[in-house]
Amino acid sequence: MPSLEEGLYDLGRLDQLAYADTPVHAIDPRAKVLTTIVFLVCVVSFSKYEVLSMLPFAIYPLFLAADADLPFGFLGRKLLAVAPFAVVIGMFNPLLDRDIVAQIAGIGISGGWVSFISILLRFALTTMAALVLIATTSFTGICMALEKLGMPDVLATQLLLLYRYIFVLGEETMRMARARALRSFGERGMGWRIYSQMLGSLLLRTYARAERIYQAMLSRGFDGTIRVLRALDFRLKDALFVSGWSAVFILMRVYNVPLLLGDLVTGLIS
Amino acid sequence: MSHHTIDVSDLRFEYPDGTRALDGVSFNITHGESVALVGPNGAGKSTLLMHLNGFLTPREGSVDIGGVVVTKSTLKTVRRSVGMVFQDPDDQLFMPSVYEDVAFGPMNLGLSETEVEARVTSALERVGALQLRERPPYRLSGGEKRAVAIATVLAMTPSVLVMDEPSSNLDPRARRRLIELLASFEHTKIIATHDLDLALEVCDRTIVMSDGTVAADGPTVQIFENAELLDACGLEKPLSLQGCPVCGSGRIR
Repeated sequence: MPSLEEGLYDLGRLDQLAYADTPVHAIDPRAKVLTTIVFLVCVVSFSKYEVLSMLPFAIYPLFLAADADLPFGFLGRKLLAVAPFAVVIGMFNPLLDRDIVAQIAGIGISGGWVSFISILLRFALTTMAALVLIATTSFTGICMALEKLGMPDVLATQLLLLYRYIFVLGEETMRMARARALRSFGERGMGWRIYSQMLGSLLLRTYARAERIYQAMLSRGFDGTIRVLRALDFRLKDALFVSGWSAVFILMRVYNVPLLLGDLVTGLIS
Repeated sequence: MSHHTIDVSDLRFEYPDGTRALDGVSFNITHGESVALVGPNGAGKSTLLMHLNGFLTPREGSVDIGGVVVTKSTLKTVRRSVGMVFQDPDDQLFMPSVYEDVAFGPMNLGLSETEVEARVTSALERVGALQLRERPPYRLSGGEKRAVAIATVLAMTPSVLVMDEPSSNLDPRARRRLIELLASFEHTKIIATHDLDLALEVCDRTIVMSDGTVAADGPTVQIFENAELLDACGLEKPLSLQGCPVCGSGRIR
């Protein structure tokens, strides 16, 4: 379980990656958000025993990550950090679903195992796509894109402020946890009762801070809407990005590409 | 607004729990004056500052900013002319990047994009933080945060600057830079601070608060030389007036 400190650091790093300047970073956030949505829908809509036909989808996150110079090791570690959730979700499939659906080298493979692997693959693909989106667009960029795409103003403001203050809140929590650890000598004082009291005081502090932030906003003429000065322009290349990738996804969704390739190769050989 | 003045008369305020924070505070600050507001913790400094911007409404007495009495209906005008710099810059920098944060105020004033751009650039330049414009606020040092927080207020071109503890948590060099910056402003200023040396360097006049009242009001140097008054108000002579701790030269006592 990664500590809060590492979590915050990683979040900061992910955000920092988004400030790089590559062709992928330069694509309009809306284009990337839309493409990611099409990607997710395509991947998620496969039937539960599908494995092979999902594999080609890996090309999208991998291609983007390479093009945007993202560190693969870092993304891989992020992926592993959340992998336990997917494992837990699919864990019981091999036990519950024991019908043999395939034979590989004489060993029967049950439907449960296939669907388990399918879940893991789905998880890896969708998480990678989301990580790549954040690392090339920044959280702020995504919020703005969603707002321009029709998400309510209030929600966008909420998300922006959440992201801004998650670091402040995290640091405050860390300071509190350290102060407690320093005086509890690893034994007493580490219990749940103290935990709940800490949460309570954290809530009160947060409330007080929210009040001060609101005052700071009011004193600069805040009237309910946050106006952001950053022109987004959706150009031809952005449209091409969306339509090109979406076409690829839909083709990969409709046709089983590995199977076709296999047929092609065996056809050439025979 | 041509008169950048602050007139506070017989201001009284009680918090809902019954704590009396201000008990008949009166003073006038004229155009271009720079005034330090000093006093021990709990003397009512912050409560007073909250009245200058209309966050709190007086129970009795009145606050008048540049000829406009602060009431619910004049809040907009008042907040436009009073630039408030908060004690914790994290409270003041709430937008995702420095640039957007500084642009927040001007955008709310309904200015055109080019005008906003110009104001942001000049405000950041003024505090020497133009190179930080694309950074997210959580990646700034304490001194940088403070500078940007001041820029967010300058971009609104206020006539009066109100600051709460501007030099707290700054390292010596950042503090020095801040003092130089503050001294270079021509705005009417009111600075609440425990940093009496800062007060001595930046402000010609000092108001001493104690128990919700004005204990003294006069030229800064004169006030800080009055050992009896300082002692009664829980304050101490500024270090720069105390003489050398090693050789003892310049020591008055």
